[in-house]
Parts: sequence; structure tokens; C-alpha cells
Amino acid sequence: MAQHSHDYHIDIPGTTVFDGRMAMKGYALNKMCYDFNRAENREAFKADPEAWMEKYGLREEQRQAIRDNDILAMIEEGGNIYYLAKLAGIFKLSVQDVGGMQTGRTREEFQAFLASQA
Amino acid sequence: MAQILGGITTSHIPAVGNAIDKGLQDDPYWKPFFDGYPKVHAWIREHKPDYVVNIYNDHGLGFFLDRMPTFAIGAAHEYRNEDEGWGLPSLPPFPGAPELSWHIIESMVEDEFDITSCQELAVDHGFVVPMQLFWPGAPNNPDMPRAVPISANTVQHPIPTLKRALDFGKALGKALRSFPEEAKVVVLGTGGLSHQLDGQRAGFINKEFDQYCLENIVSDPEALTKISRMELVEKAGAQGTEFLMWMMMRGALGDEVTEITRNYHIPISNTAAGTLLLECAA
Repeated sequence: MAQHSHDYHIDIPGTTVFDGRMAMKGYALNKMCYDFNRAENREAFKADPEAWMEKYGLREEQRQAIRDNDILAMIEEGGNIYYLAKLAGIFKLSVQDVGGMQTGRTREEFQAFLASQA
Repeated sequence: MAQILGGITTSHIPAVGNAIDKGLQDDPYWKPFFDGYPKVHAWIREHKPDYVVNIYNDHGLGFFLDRMPTFAIGAAHEYRNEDEGWGLPSLPPFPGAPELSWHIIESMVEDEFDITSCQELAVDHGFVVPMQLFWPGAPNNPDMPRAVPISANTVQHPIPTLKRALDFGKALGKALRSFPEEAKVVVLGTGGLSHQLDGQRAGFINKEFDQYCLENIVSDPEALTKISRMELVEKAGAQGTEFLMWMMMRGALGDEVTEITRNYHIPISNTAAGTLLLECAA
């Protein structure tokens, strides 16, 4: 079937549509992050991140994105923001911090950008 | 037979839960947002619904990508919020209404909606924050209605179309109005409005589009079904697709509604926050 028969192939700059392709690519990363709902898993990750990433079978690119604290790279590697938010929570990062990290702004600059759209 | 009193929408931003927990309602940042709720509280006190159907989207607590239902309906005796990984306080359980849940499930499957039924369902901020906003102290509010949670997938594409969401609401309304009990029901649609958390476009908000949606959800929801899902991502932001919950709520109310109150404020956290109370024609 021609792909253009579906409603998922338009280019929206700065936006990754989390579809089946990304869901397949990011499954291990997202599963690890989903399991951060449990405090004992957050503690285990903090104690030994490399061993915890190995346990979930993350690809090397995914591990490097986490080592680099690079949110855009995590998304490129199939990470879904709702699960990545649980990883961000481990580092006490707010969604404004995460927004700033992705757009090259400080937290305060990102908050000012949000308010500028009122 | 049961009667649908009306529908209420609100954003369900996690930070709101923290603000409530810390009592920040009169803080200058939060006041323009919380000012949208006293009229809702008065309406609820006047009408005292027996049941609340809470339409929200799970964000990675109740469901993961291993099994992702497009439409899921809770059918449990109670619903608990659980640790989402970043420290919202845990609350006593919200009372459920399993006999109403099963009535809805029976009716909707007969109407050819394929439902995932859930006898256990952990509820996240998408469900809890609106309850806290509308019934202060929830679930420990003396007027707290028994709840039926309905979750729609907006985590992973393909998500439902806007038309499907509105049609889901219409079938839900039919189900509720055929429930054989003299009961009053309120329907919540939570989430939105425009926001985007991820990517280089993080922080995107679209006031013009939100205003278009707010106008039409009241008077001409059918017009909104012409918006494609990719157009919704483009104009509302990647997480602004939560507007589907508003469409589902609206469908349940029937054609004629009266707008009781509306509030819109930019920004709360990363989001354009919207609140709307629509009353059904008696």
C-alpha cells in the first residue's frame, strides 16, 4: 500500500512524530525509563548507570545520549518524551529545564520564551 | 435513566498537582490559572453529580508500549495514583463505579467501538489533577462522585482521528443516557491545550489555534473533525494532541450546550492552559 495514503508523512520542523518506526527504535530505552516509575529502579540506575543500561539492552547510541545528557539525541534514538521525563526526574530536571536543554536556552530564557507567547 | 449534566475541560499539567499540594493558588504565577475554577466549584456544588466520567490520556503509568490500547475504560472498584517517577504525592483511592463502567463497555462495543476493559488501572496526573481542581481535597471531598476513567492513546501514533474522538463521545453519551438509574453524570475532558515538550520546537504554544478550538468546541465541534492528526500536531504541538479528550467529552453532551465559564492562560509550565464548563440542555 502506498505510504502517502496515511496521515503521518509531513515534515514539521523541530518535531519528531513518535510512530511505530520510532517506537521500535526506542523500545529498550523507553522500557528502561518506564520502569523508573519504581523507586528501587531509579536507585539502581543511579548506583550503576552502565550496568542498568546493559540490563535493558540499550543500543550504544542510546547509552551515549544518556551519558551526554543529550535529550535531542535520546529522541533521535526513539525516546518518547513521556518516558524520558521519568529519567529527567532522577536528575530533578523540570520540563522547563528539558525545554531549555533542547533549544539552547537557560531555564530562565526558556520560561521567558513561553511567557512571550501569551 | 441517568442524565448528563454537562462537561468540564481542563489542562492536567503535573505542576498543578504540586501547586495544590503547596497551597500556591494565590501566588502571582498561579492565580490567573486558579481563578478559572470558582465558577466550576459553584456549579458542582449546585448540581452534585453522582458519577464523573474522566476522559484523560495516560502518560506512561497505567500503560506502556508493550500493550497500548487506543481506548481503555476502567472497570474497577477504586483507582489509585502511583509513583510516576518524579514525586507527586500519593493519595487515597478514588471510588469507582464498576456497574456503570460495564454498562458503558457493553453499550459501546454494541455500537462497534472496540474497548480495552481494565479491572485494575493505576491513574496518573491526567486523571488526578482535574479531580483535585474540580473537587478540592479530592478524593476526600464530601461531594466526590464515583468515577469511571477513560484513557485514549496520545503517546504513540497512530492516534485516533478527531472525528473518531467526537464519535466516541457520541456513543458514550448514548451509553450514559441509557444507564438505568436516576443519576446525574458529569463528563471531563482533560489535557491540552497547545504545548510541545520535545524537540527543537519545545515550548511551542499557539494562541490563535487554541482560540479557534475553544470557540468551535462549544458551537461547532463537527468543524473540528476536518483537522487532520498531522495538522493537529503541527498547530497544537506534539502534546497538544490531548485536545482529542476535549472532543470525546464534547461528543457526549449532545448538540445544544450552554457555556457557563471559560478561562485561558499562557503559560502554566510549558502549556497554554484552558478550562471550559458546558452545561447540557435540560
